[in-house]
Amino acid sequence: MSINIPVSGQSNEIYSLRVNGQERQVRDAWIGESLLYVLRERLGLPGAKGACEQGECGSCTVILDGKAVCSCLVMAADAVETEILTVEGLGPDGALTDVQSAFLSEGGVQCGFCTPGFIVAVHHLLENNPQPTDDEIREALSGNICRCTGYGRILEAVRTVADQRRTNS
Amino acid sequence: MPVLIPRSVDELVEVFQEHPAAKLLAGGTDYMVEVNLHGRKPDIMISLRQVKELTEWSTRASQSRITIGAGVPYADMEYGEIARLVPALAQAARTVGSPQIRAAGTLGGNLGTCSPAGDSLPVLAAFDATIHVIGPEGTRDIEFADFMVGVKRNSLQPSEFVHSVSLPIIAGWQGYAKVGTRNAMVISTASACLVRDSDEGIVTIALGSVGPTIIRAYSAEAWLMKSVSLRAGATLDPSVAEEFGRRVALESRPIDDHRSTAEYRRHAVGVLAQRLLTRSFS
Repeated sequence: MSINIPVSGQSNEIYSLRVNGQERQVRDAWIGESLLYVLRERLGLPGAKGACEQGECGSCTVILDGKAVCSCLVMAADAVETEILTVEGLGPDGALTDVQSAFLSEGGVQCGFCTPGFIVAVHHLLENNPQPTDDEIREALSGNICRCTGYGRILEAVRTVADQRRTNS
Repeated sequence: MPVLIPRSVDELVEVFQEHPAAKLLAGGTDYMVEVNLHGRKPDIMISLRQVKELTEWSTRASQSRITIGAGVPYADMEYGEIARLVPALAQAARTVGSPQIRAAGTLGGNLGTCSPAGDSLPVLAAFDATIHVIGPEGTRDIEFADFMVGVKRNSLQPSEFVHSVSLPIIAGWQGYAKVGTRNAMVISTASACLVRDSDEGIVTIALGSVGPTIIRAYSAEAWLMKSVSLRAGATLDPSVAEEFGRRVALESRPIDDHRSTAEYRRHAVGVLAQRLLTRSFS
């Protein structure tokens, strides 16, 4: 049977999303809400940031069924029965991940607005390609825009994590 | 105003027949921009996300064709087997948006939106691709030349959807080139796909963003075939490539808009044609 998600904006309508391993209920939603909106405004997960709302800046990047996507371009009600991972779900119990630590130690964070999107994109990259070349890093992060750092320190942070993980493995 | 999510092609046919006014949602990379920024109010949506059959592709070696499901994302065309069999499609796929966009956006979505700037469309036109569609009356095939009928308009009938696309696997050079205002994450100002079938001695070229639909430069193709040999091992005089570019530009029908001028687009698409033809001989 087809799944039918009621999202008329009227009361008593509920659908469920699986976010960071937990079933989360979304109530009384409107059909046109993006996953970004629902994460931030309905589920209390403000890590993903909204800037361009048209898939150009990457600051809303989340992992959906193992793929890095722009959550602003996912219709939230269409994300039922998928696995959604946000920046909040990367580290255990709010602890920093190695990627987040490296962004801090290497100076990859300035104003910080783009940072969550970069962190998610870097985790996705290193998950699929643990020892990327510089070109591969640049390509993987080409959908994330940073107007502060000039990217040099961000690339350094990625190299640092790749080196650490190789040494520790 | 529900979001309906069928789990199979059969369920999709049924649901779309029940709700002919519903909008199909593939990767969402075009549609959600309309919702987020341009005040589009969705009514009934039918999501294709869970119809796994649409994400498959296959080759039927005896027919030397590849069939690609409408739900195959650009990311899956960039590298690997599809890229090996249809390198021009891989080149076009790599120029689409960002990795995040290419993970979500699909071939079927490009056909559904049917923008003259759709990056995969010149490739489908140059290959004379066949669009396999399914609707209430069953399946039918539409040649690409008959599929796109205007700016963001295609010849799908109510409750019909694109199931897959098939194109020939061709021996010879093929390439896609595009001009935009920058290198990354850019909508094309002009684009072109050239396929040189060196067994048959034929060149086809299709142009994007320089007319209301994708344009095949049939006259330039015919002139080229009469003027030089296009078979393997042939050589090309630079003056022929230049004249080919000039003739291709004449067949474009560009307009002035917020992205560029007609004059620039016409010039650029001629240069792209000249370059692609030259590359096909190098």
